[in-house]
Amino acid sequence: MLRFITSRFLQSLLALFLVITATFFMVRFVPGGPFTAEKAVTPEILKNLEAHYGLNKPLWRQYLDYLGSLARGDLGPSFKYPNRTVNEILGDKLPVSAELGAESLAVALVLGIGLGTLAAIRRNTWIDYVASGFGMTGISIPTFVVGPLLVLALAIKAGWFNASGWYTPADRVLPCLVLGLAYAAPISRLTRGGLLEILHQDFIRTARAKGASEFRVVTRHALRGGLLPVVSFLGPATAGILTGSFVIETIFQVPGVGREFVNSAFNRDYTLVLGTVILYAALIMALNLAVDVAQAWMNPKVRLE
Amino acid sequence: MMFRCFSFAAVVAVVLVFALTGCAKNEASPTAANSVAAPAKKILRYGNGAEPQELDPQIVTGAPEHRLVQAFFEGLVTEDPQLNIIPGVAERWDISADGLIYTFHLRADAKWSNGELVTATDFLESAHRMLRPALSAEYAYMLWLVVGAEDFYKGNLTDFAQTGFKALDARTYQITLRQPAPFLLHAMNHEAWQPVPIATIKKFGGLENKNTPWTRPENFVGNGPYILNSWRANQLIVAERSPTYWDRAHVKIDEIDFYPVELAETEEKMFRAGQLDLTYELPLSKIDVYRRENPAALRIDPFDTVYFYRFNVARKPFDDVRVRRALALAINRQSIVKNVLRAGELPATSLVPPGVLGYVSENHFREDLTEARRLLAEAGYPDGKNFPKVELLYNTLEKHRVIAEAIQQMWRKNLGIEITLYNQEWKVYMDAQHTRNFQLERGGWQADYVDPHVFFDLWETGGGNNDTNWGDPEYDRLLHSALAAPNDAARFAIYQRMEKIFLDAMPVIPIYFYTYNRLVSPRVKNFFTTPLDNFPWKYVDLAP
Repeated sequence: MLRFITSRFLQSLLALFLVITATFFMVRFVPGGPFTAEKAVTPEILKNLEAHYGLNKPLWRQYLDYLGSLARGDLGPSFKYPNRTVNEILGDKLPVSAELGAESLAVALVLGIGLGTLAAIRRNTWIDYVASGFGMTGISIPTFVVGPLLVLALAIKAGWFNASGWYTPADRVLPCLVLGLAYAAPISRLTRGGLLEILHQDFIRTARAKGASEFRVVTRHALRGGLLPVVSFLGPATAGILTGSFVIETIFQVPGVGREFVNSAFNRDYTLVLGTVILYAALIMALNLAVDVAQAWMNPKVRLE
Repeated sequence: MMFRCFSFAAVVAVVLVFALTGCAKNEASPTAANSVAAPAKKILRYGNGAEPQELDPQIVTGAPEHRLVQAFFEGLVTEDPQLNIIPGVAERWDISADGLIYTFHLRADAKWSNGELVTATDFLESAHRMLRPALSAEYAYMLWLVVGAEDFYKGNLTDFAQTGFKALDARTYQITLRQPAPFLLHAMNHEAWQPVPIATIKKFGGLENKNTPWTRPENFVGNGPYILNSWRANQLIVAERSPTYWDRAHVKIDEIDFYPVELAETEEKMFRAGQLDLTYELPLSKIDVYRRENPAALRIDPFDTVYFYRFNVARKPFDDVRVRRALALAINRQSIVKNVLRAGELPATSLVPPGVLGYVSENHFREDLTEARRLLAEAGYPDGKNFPKVELLYNTLEKHRVIAEAIQQMWRKNLGIEITLYNQEWKVYMDAQHTRNFQLERGGWQADYVDPHVFFDLWETGGGNNDTNWGDPEYDRLLHSALAAPNDAARFAIYQRMEKIFLDAMPVIPIYFYTYNRLVSPRVKNFFTTPLDNFPWKYVDLAP
């Protein structure tokens, strides 16, 4: 088992290294640089700017320098925000993204599992159709449509919330709801499917025969197995919520990493692009590694392959 | 079994994070958007566009930063809304008869926020820092008007004392120009001329380092009407009335909250929800709505910026002036500003926007379809026949797309020529422009300071932002002679000649002059803005 984990870990490290290398060179080959602006700086000023950031060195040298400082855990200064380092920016924003992600995931789980369970035990009734309809709608309508609609209804018309921002506890409600809804939809479908399969199995019949109440049958016996597909979905979903929150962060002015991820590319903020890519890549790899390990633990066949 | 543990752990983790972040939230911001402030305190909530890159006046380049710098710093002179030069740190100044030597007399009570006096040495050392090559300030060239500044920057001069910056005594600062620059006092409103707290900067990383924490709230020192109270990235910047500012009696608002709001659509929603008193901008699509439903909140001001299409005159068919003129004459600008833009923009048939310090263009060209067709036929493309494949580049933005489509349609209908449109992301587009890798592209120019000079300086042969490959020796000669003109009347007469040369050659097609559109709550009083959209904060007031 230890050997398996070690080998997967080393594979992840290699993948991370390749991601860093590819990103480093790709951002450099994109037209336009950090100092490309409408009002072009004079050639002398451009030369000094490049010297200030070490961009006048050969590219391979810059690459090695970057790897060197990376090994020391230093992601460098941001090009766009000169008085902040990339470490600081990410350190500042990751907790916000994590909070947004965790709260959205909670919304997604509660809503998704609840609706999915209702749909499964009331199969082919109007409850099922409403819940399934919600699932389809949630998957089909993108967050950038749901977001402004909720803002219009709950913030501007009803006046219950701020239209945008991340200042008070109430400000968390709308963004987490919108992001959570997007993930509640697939979770409800997975729950329904998983539960339906389990509810037909013998041990459920046995439980019922023993006189267990329907509530107990579902919560104690069926959900345990019925949620398996949801659990395996959680890995990619968590990664998706963390990396895919750009739209929500922009609509609601949430100071998270998602916006930096996209804006740094527009700004050609080389160090910040790399910093966010490394962070996201490491997160996704860690989550995948966790899934791999969990699967190997449960299924010896995977370990041997 | 495994799954049970796993899912249980996941649920526990989610609950924990919820609980922890929930706790953290309870100590949340004292300046939350909807919280009620103490009754006596006047707080203006302003949407400030993108998150500012920095607050260091010598480093920043963007408009959101400019708004902040105006709150936190003050230069020698400033402008009132009518564009008159009024005293700032300097209470008066003398200009030598030849227009080369400016002597500023600093007021005795100008202070930094740490209580120290603002002295001539501060201005001198600030200029010195701005011109250090190692600092690589992007706007360093703004100071090149001064004797020796450019040489110092380029390393041809190592002794800063040899330049035209002099602190004669603690309260007398003198600048010697290398050639007359009648617009100097207006140009000095630019951040590049603001003083910076040298001792503080030295303490936090030195004068040649950009990446220092001196502009963090705990270290920050400024000399403007406001001081930096807090700065939470992408969240909020709080500016508080400065207790040391010399003119503090006239500062009306106690606190300005700068909200960085990237999306104009989001900002508009925040305004409607009562989170903002003043917005950074207003989406085009909302202008008609506000005209209809809430005209009191809609504010439209003239803005000294010209929108144009730039030719690459080195590429066929735009090497032929007749083609360039034909295209320019076959656009119905009135229709564009009326039907596409709709915010009171002005059709541009000259280079300089109206009202730039009394300069009024005399050389408007006239839209004229017959003439346009005649020119095109003369160039060898009667009714657009055999017109080569032409592509129009614009940066990815809805507004540019609809304008381009309108013009594409006009040229098709009026001249029988077909152009294709393509768009690029901002930096790719900017790179294409500066490397002149385009045939025809959308462009614009916003003045850095109010003077017609900025619109003429731009098109000097080989100028860094000309990007058309066009140049004219007579135009260049006039440009240099204009600065030596004895007075503005003579100078403006030269500009008129230059504008004629320029419009005859038509290396760009002027399309319209911008307006600046924003939302202003009726509570905001005394809000005025100059044609560069400068609005000194100290005059703005807020009704209870």
